[in-house]
Amino acid sequence: MGRKKGLLAIVVMSMLLAACSSQIETATEGTESASKAAVSDGDSVKVGILHSLSGTMAISEVSLRDAEQMAIDEINADGGVLGKQIEPVIEDGASDWPTYAEKARKLLQEDKVATIFGGWTSASRKAMLPVVEQNKGLLWYPVQYEGMEASPNIFYTGATTNQQIVPAVDWLLENEGIKFFLIGSDYVFPRTANQIINAQLKAKGGKAVAEEYTPMGHTDYNTVISKIKSSKPDVIFNTLNGDSNVAFFKQLKDAGITAEDIPVLSVSVAEEEIRGIGTDVLEGHYAAWNYYQTTDTPENKSFVDNYKKKYGEDRVTADPIEAAYTAVYLWKAAVEKAGSFEVDKVKAAAGGIEFKAPSGVVKVDGENQHIYKTVRIGQVQGDGQFKEVWNSGEAVKPDPYLKTYDWASGLKK
Amino acid sequence: MSVILMQLFNGISLGSILLLVALGLAITFGQMNIINMAHGEFIMIGAYTTYVLQQVFQQQFPDAFGTYFLLAIPVAFLVAAFIGLLMEKTIVKFLYERPSDSLLATWGVSLILQQTARSIFGAPNVAVAAPEWLNGGLSLAGMTFPYKRLFILGLVLLSVLFLFIYLYRTNSGRRMKAVTMNREMASCLGVSTRKVDSTAFAIGSGLAGIAGCSLTLLGSIGPTLGTAYIVDAFMIVVLGGVGKLKGTILAGVMLGIFSTFVEFSTSATIAKMIVFAVIILFLQWKPTGFAGVRVRALD
Amino acid sequence: MIKKYRQGAYYGIFFLFLSVAPFFLTDFRAGLLAKFLCYGIIAVGISLLWGYTGILSLGHGVFFGLGAYCMAMYLKLEASPSGIPDFMEWNGITELPFIWTMFKNPVFAIAAAVLVPSLIAAFIGYVTFKNRIKGVFFSIISQAVVVVTVTLFIGAQQITGGTSGLTNFFTVFQVPLTDSGTKTILYYVTVFTLFLIMALSFGLTKTRFGKILIAIRDGENRLRFLGYNPTGYKVFIYALSAAFAGLAGVLFVLQVGIISPEMMGIIPSVEMVLWAAIGGRFSILGAAAGAILTNSAKSYLSESYPEFWTIFLGALFLVVVLYLPNGLAGLVEKVKLRFAKKEKKEEVKHAGDSLVS
Repeated sequence: MGRKKGLLAIVVMSMLLAACSSQIETATEGTESASKAAVSDGDSVKVGILHSLSGTMAISEVSLRDAEQMAIDEINADGGVLGKQIEPVIEDGASDWPTYAEKARKLLQEDKVATIFGGWTSASRKAMLPVVEQNKGLLWYPVQYEGMEASPNIFYTGATTNQQIVPAVDWLLENEGIKFFLIGSDYVFPRTANQIINAQLKAKGGKAVAEEYTPMGHTDYNTVISKIKSSKPDVIFNTLNGDSNVAFFKQLKDAGITAEDIPVLSVSVAEEEIRGIGTDVLEGHYAAWNYYQTTDTPENKSFVDNYKKKYGEDRVTADPIEAAYTAVYLWKAAVEKAGSFEVDKVKAAAGGIEFKAPSGVVKVDGENQHIYKTVRIGQVQGDGQFKEVWNSGEAVKPDPYLKTYDWASGLKK
Repeated sequence: MSVILMQLFNGISLGSILLLVALGLAITFGQMNIINMAHGEFIMIGAYTTYVLQQVFQQQFPDAFGTYFLLAIPVAFLVAAFIGLLMEKTIVKFLYERPSDSLLATWGVSLILQQTARSIFGAPNVAVAAPEWLNGGLSLAGMTFPYKRLFILGLVLLSVLFLFIYLYRTNSGRRMKAVTMNREMASCLGVSTRKVDSTAFAIGSGLAGIAGCSLTLLGSIGPTLGTAYIVDAFMIVVLGGVGKLKGTILAGVMLGIFSTFVEFSTSATIAKMIVFAVIILFLQWKPTGFAGVRVRALD
Repeated sequence: MIKKYRQGAYYGIFFLFLSVAPFFLTDFRAGLLAKFLCYGIIAVGISLLWGYTGILSLGHGVFFGLGAYCMAMYLKLEASPSGIPDFMEWNGITELPFIWTMFKNPVFAIAAAVLVPSLIAAFIGYVTFKNRIKGVFFSIISQAVVVVTVTLFIGAQQITGGTSGLTNFFTVFQVPLTDSGTKTILYYVTVFTLFLIMALSFGLTKTRFGKILIAIRDGENRLRFLGYNPTGYKVFIYALSAAFAGLAGVLFVLQVGIISPEMMGIIPSVEMVLWAAIGGRFSILGAAAGAILTNSAKSYLSESYPEFWTIFLGALFLVVVLYLPNGLAGLVEKVKLRFAKKEKKEEVKHAGDSLVS
């Protein structure tokens, strides 16, 4: 009897041990690295890359990982940062927000990375925010978002609202008409964006004839299109996300509405999305971004060439890709200015740093940790690329809380 | 008036798409009591088949590009049916007595298929260009009926027609009906239920392939394409009454029209909630669905 | 007698392992284990509902989410010095909605986290089971409930925080959440809760009530003919497992610090069922261990092979369903049987029984 019990105990024990064997292994590793220098040991420094490589968001985020990897390879080939080679630790956020929090915690606590580059959706950023703040880490977030945030531990290299939405609305009012139809996916970014647009239109003599939200992953836009037809807007402001854009544009064209009749301005459709939607249905419609593959700067030429050489001729670059690439270089510049990988010193050194990015010269704002960016409005051409029809001339100062806009005072901050 | 007519058309169109998605499920679920969570992935397979065919035509036969889509429909059916058959022979076969286990296993299959598609075609969506003759729409009394929607409507009607001819006019189809109605009895009378099950699963998967092919006209083509439809499809099958094709058809069209009208008077988000809540309530009232028959048999 | 002893040994080893685990793990890994323990609580509920009673719910994410939201509302209020959560301010709300005001009280929040899920489950269960909707039909209805709830939570952004959910908490009962002391206490609270819930469930299955549950699974109609009305039993067990999920949600939010509508969606709900299936749905201990094991594997695979972990995961489910229908607990029994054969034969006959425990 005793022997049997012992066997059972072994079986159960081994089962449970298997569960945590990986944890124990890494645990010992973790303590080892902890005993060494805080963020960098030997001649390399670890940085974390945290994007969704699986799940629904992988569509967009895989390219960001590629761009960050490319920037790291370039920097390493050039001698690294402070004489150290960058060693990326790549983690999968799996399109799942607690996973982002979990992986960010792992990168900071186990791998002791000097900084993290990551995220796409606002939800993923919100999930990582408390983790990086509590662990005194650093996060570079490379996607345009809805503003109303300025965490001391996050650098935002994508546009905030006054670098994308606000100028886009101004431009539309001036060039296309005053009756806006607002369509968006039902989540935080479109709802916040439309609140701002509503306030702005009211102050500037425009009018939102309708505001429609569809659930994430919605695929049938016939009814929305019927509403568009009956409300007869001058322009459609589109904050739809992901796959819904494909369905919306395809069905819009089939319903006989062309870019000449009612132009659509999108803030989430970039070069990569165009390939999935199809140029034939998008031609003539607008987008507002800070960068296009066609943006005419010397830096962009080599950026696009290198990206295509590295990942294939058929790949395209886009605004978030450029912002992710720029983020790595801005971090490098801040580290070099600080002369250290320590988060506090890097943060203190980052303010005022300028970098010749593919999108033009960008500058880190020391106060809100966003960056100065040039606003560009582009029109989709037959070859799937954008033609710039307007730009802001100079880099616009980021204002995530819209403090400098009178009409925005009604929006609670 | 024209708005109402237009919405009616939109509703029927949506219903026909949902029906096409649910049709295959109605067969596998109805006959075999297998909850095939990978059904959505067969839709994806159909869509990617269309995409591959488009690429082949663009490179090899650019002159005949206009006809690729017509060819894509049977090819998508065959490819999806073949993979379905493969899945039936290797996995589903072992699960006939265990419906809830079939759900888990096919969920695993769906994860594998999605990731495989991602590895082959990459994570981003791909675009399928509709042939020229499907662009535009039929203008009638101030309303526009897109050709693509009309085409899909026709395709659905044709699929249903073929299915009925198959089920009522061919020996193999009659055997399938017999198994759906009473498996033991059919088995006693010499029908090889195993063979019938394989065929049914292949046909169900093939219909999903056709659905995928037609969805390329309306929406995105990506690895997770199928997941958007799977829950709706199950709702339609249950609403129609399991194993009752006519009920499924009725449920599909009704659901399409109902959700279109609710959406028009409210918003898409609220419409989705209302529609599902109504389905739940309806099933409380009529647990066996539209076409359910009251039987005295237990279990 | 011996069998009882053996069960005790299993449980003893399991909890011994859990109590000493934090000493061998880094803070991060211990945090993960704590999260998996919350999942273990859900899996125990699913084992009762599915393994014992034969009701397959694909909507337990909702109950988990409701519990988590109730707790998160309290935490969010404590983390909002202005009295109004930050996301509400951006949505232009100046006064705290009535629903939220009640969650200022932590006792109310925790009570609600358990009661709200179980009451909702009781309601859904009552109307559904009374109408004798069962089997896969019930499973599909539970999926519809998921769709409705998730859409509702995303749509009511002013109140729920929309897709971003509720996050960024600092303190619970004025104690900082990130302190290692707090974390250790929370970990042991979770282990203790899991223990209580497993003991309760295990005890329940040994009672007459437990036998009726198994009878419902194996032959509901026969039970009816014997004069029992299964509805009440089914409603009770459904509500109980929902309460477990709600409680797991409370502990989850405290330790993970985020809840969003995604986590109550269809995919997480199906995954919850899979944990129980992998561990062994007919075994309380198996289900709990299954949740821990599956998630450890998921975590490990996604760290080592980020691009391919979904394929591994999918394959794992297939293998378990095809070759180990009773999960890992079944595997253990099999191994045991092999050794048992060499000894007494009568043991073999009864070995199958201990599956159901």
